[in-house]
Amino acid sequence: MFGTQLIDDYARQISDEKQASVLNGSASGTEKRYQVLHKDYADPDALRQLAGAIKDHTLHHLGDYLQLAEQALTARGVQVHFAETDEDARQTILSILREAQVTRLTKSKSMAAEEIHLNAFLSENGVECLESDLGEFIIQLDDDIPSHIVKPIIHKNRRGIAETFLREGVASDYNDDPQTITRRARVFLRKKYMDAQACITGANFLCADSGRLVVVTNEGNSRFGLAPVPVHIALVGIEKLIPGEKDLAVFLNLLGRSATGQQLTVYTEFINGARSATQPDGPEHMHVVFLDNGRSNVLASNCREILRCIRCGACQNVCPIYRQASGHAYRSPYGGPIGAVLSPLLFGDRFPEFADLPKASTLCGACKEVCPVNIPIPDLLLRLRDKAKRESVPSPAALPMAPFAALATSPNLWRSAMVMSKVMNHLPLEVAPIKPLQDWLGQRTLPPSKGGEFRKWMKTRKKTENLKNAALPDRRLD
Amino acid sequence: MSRAAILKNIAAATSALKTKAPRPDYDAAITHSAPKLAGRDLFEVFCRNLAAVNGRSMQSVAELAAFLTESGQTRGYCDPALYERIGVPLAAAGLTVETTYERSRYDDYQFGITRASGAIAESGTLILDDDATSRRLAALSPWVHVAVLERGTIHRTIADALAALGNSPNIIWVTGPSKTADVEGILIEGVHGPGEQIALVM
Repeated sequence: MFGTQLIDDYARQISDEKQASVLNGSASGTEKRYQVLHKDYADPDALRQLAGAIKDHTLHHLGDYLQLAEQALTARGVQVHFAETDEDARQTILSILREAQVTRLTKSKSMAAEEIHLNAFLSENGVECLESDLGEFIIQLDDDIPSHIVKPIIHKNRRGIAETFLREGVASDYNDDPQTITRRARVFLRKKYMDAQACITGANFLCADSGRLVVVTNEGNSRFGLAPVPVHIALVGIEKLIPGEKDLAVFLNLLGRSATGQQLTVYTEFINGARSATQPDGPEHMHVVFLDNGRSNVLASNCREILRCIRCGACQNVCPIYRQASGHAYRSPYGGPIGAVLSPLLFGDRFPEFADLPKASTLCGACKEVCPVNIPIPDLLLRLRDKAKRESVPSPAALPMAPFAALATSPNLWRSAMVMSKVMNHLPLEVAPIKPLQDWLGQRTLPPSKGGEFRKWMKTRKKTENLKNAALPDRRLD
Repeated sequence: MSRAAILKNIAAATSALKTKAPRPDYDAAITHSAPKLAGRDLFEVFCRNLAAVNGRSMQSVAELAAFLTESGQTRGYCDPALYERIGVPLAAAGLTVETTYERSRYDDYQFGITRASGAIAESGTLILDDDATSRRLAALSPWVHVAVLERGTIHRTIADALAALGNSPNIIWVTGPSKTADVEGILIEGVHGPGEQIALVM
């Protein structure tokens, strides 16, 4: 009766070492974000609300903006493709690569590419696709999956990375100094950049007015990946659109600060076409693949606000459940509060599989407070819980609520239950031979009951209020 | 096929909305950071914010020559258009300056000198534009990148720089040296790109 949910099982499996890494990494991310936003802006909330309003407007007119962006890109010689499903996107990308006879490419970090499992697919089809973001590169070497949107290896420490580099031949000896690790990756990856034939990127934003797509990185990996190759393919979720370049001032100022506590990410690249005629470096051909993969269904749902998300990871950093469970417990590229909303929606055909995620929240509201686009995540989690109930998704951890409902609607029953709860304080529950009770207590500590305190307080308060109101009739509340 | 299906789905979703959010009308000033913009003039503000992201600003070729010599970065590339003004004095100071960049020798260039088409005071950002930068790779593969900046091209704010983006197919804003904190959150500079980012302000 009191079984556990999938996310609890994952959370229990992670080692203390991994949990410490996740906790430290996410806590420092939250701290940095808070410091920088409040130092730089008198009212950061006004900026978050504006960003949310711009995104809402864009989403409500998404068809218009998508066609506007398509026109702007096409006019600049960019080939625009549309992919309704993950399979459409994979096949579109593969056919572009086949046509250009590409067998080796580098890829800068893209959550959309993670979502469609692009690396594994390309590799099965004879294309070497190397991740160039340091964290993603290490993930790829370990055949692991990222556990955080902006800090993909938040769950790893230097010792594990040094062992990986030695095992995979990136290094010839063991050295776990972070600077040495980084230098070794630098040497290894620049050979790969120069040898590649194409580069795949995601996009952080796409301006509908100019078709400019914006890619931000701190390492410079997308810039380096693009500079020596003839073909650029950008995989862009349709929710990445914003109306115009002007709006980037709002989003860029929020993205860096929310994600990593930086005013701006180091490299902010604006691209809407092949390289200039005078420029010897950079792609001669540019493709944009617009990915739907469930997004238009989310737009039709009552959780469409989640499409405002700009993938900063602030909600992951601040979430008490994420900090304990780590990103892998959410079983999709999107962990934490964003994943708890997005995964059950995006992968809607497998809804029951992810229906436990919206319950993996204390509804404390911290995720909404830090969200740079003001997404009401707790409300969305409740809507999804309701959906699971309406669709009768079986829930192993659900308590039978009927007895409680009966108690809560009968004052007399409630009063006797309060008395009983106090009696329970003196019973040795931990040794009672009742299986479900033992299961429940195995995971929790029952606090001593203080049953009836509220009723007592309420009664006294009523008396005092009545006295006050009699003495001061003018201040009586309506 | 996907195009029509996606647009149809979007149209169905948005036409069902009772109200549609209007485009917010706002003043770009809401995006300005007052503490970041405080200072006497744009040049001072730019230099302070560049230093805050571990970039360096220099005002003379002699200063640059001394820095390169001291840090042992003695061989590099210079945009041919800047050779007379910057390459020649650097060569005279004993540095090896080439005006061609060969891809096969990408690791030979210890410094790269290219033109910045502007900068942003508010964030200490350098703006590299495909139409004005001679080689993208020369600003990436060397350990030291020197962006040569005309003082009059510094924009006050991020919003101002966006309003003046222009028409180039590729523009990159560079705010400090290439960096990562992927390994245990420890900041390391010089990941794929330069470990030293210098603005030479003329």
